[in-house]
Amino acid sequence: MYTINSFKKGLKDGLPICIGYFPVSFAFGIFAVENGLTILQAFLISVTNLTSAGQLAAVPIIAGGGTLIELAVSQLVINSRYSLMSVSLGQKLSSKVKLFERMAIAFGNTDEIFAVSVSNNGELGSKYMYGVIALPVLGWTSGTLLGAIAGNVLPPIISAALGVAIYGMFIAIVVPVAKKEKATALCVLLSIALSCAFKYVPFLQNVPSGFVVIICAVASSVIFAILAPVKADDSTPDKEVENNG
Amino acid sequence: MDNTKFCIYLAVMAGVTYLVRMIPLVAIKEKIKNKFVLSFLHYIPYTVLSAMTVPGVFYATGNMLSACIGFVIAVIAALFNRSLVQVAALSCLGVLATELVINYIL
Repeated sequence: MYTINSFKKGLKDGLPICIGYFPVSFAFGIFAVENGLTILQAFLISVTNLTSAGQLAAVPIIAGGGTLIELAVSQLVINSRYSLMSVSLGQKLSSKVKLFERMAIAFGNTDEIFAVSVSNNGELGSKYMYGVIALPVLGWTSGTLLGAIAGNVLPPIISAALGVAIYGMFIAIVVPVAKKEKATALCVLLSIALSCAFKYVPFLQNVPSGFVVIICAVASSVIFAILAPVKADDSTPDKEVENNG
Repeated sequence: MDNTKFCIYLAVMAGVTYLVRMIPLVAIKEKIKNKFVLSFLHYIPYTVLSAMTVPGVFYATGNMLSACIGFVIAVIAALFNRSLVQVAALSCLGVLATELVINYIL
């Protein structure tokens, strides 16, 4: 099997991801400052984490003085999907990629970087991976910085509009899969129903926000992992495969 | 927020996020076979994102009407398989248009 190891090709593949990340991280910068973090703090979170959903969940916990356990568990659960992507990406990397290179590549394994890099035919080298990661990291961090700075200056109407950008990205990830896989659609609806219950049912409202996401996501995923397990080789729920065939 | 306290939060957050990505990439070279674990990991990204989106998105703009319109536009755009950037941009434009109508016309 041949190895793709061109830094330049990596940069080219990473450019659309960078463009996509910019407005979302810009909105994150605004959100973080609105919640009471400083510009530097918002920037540091993006530099060290590179995870949209995790960061969005972390800001209210940090700003609200939540416990470190709540923060750690929320990041563990929300970002647990990366562990599967890392397993998958790890098998795609060339055997020439050294241990410390794997450790560096792991930092940049986001949903989009993962999706773009594993869609290549052949094995991947470290130079290619550094190329794919470079521009999205730049887009994510600079977007956060500018959003955090501009948040105070922008007219409220613009901030309001940008406030939905990050959710728009989440919706764009979830809806196409839910449309294709009935089990995933039902699983998502269950998660939403639970999350609404924690928002509107009186005594459930007292549960801290970080835990709500964890409980909803884990409960609905466990239930559907039992009711509609995926096929081992292609990770789509069995029932769907039967329906199609 | 106080920088010292923030740094502790940041270290915990960045540490957990990094280890979740790094350990499997370095340690696991074989394919996971356990059906339950695979299934759980298949559903987790979507349940996390949807629980974060609903009802959170309805409070994202400070006005529930504009937020709802932004949400509906995003879902419709995503149903038509638009890209991440397009869905997010259309949703923002929907909110902007609604806010303009509420503030300057109604």
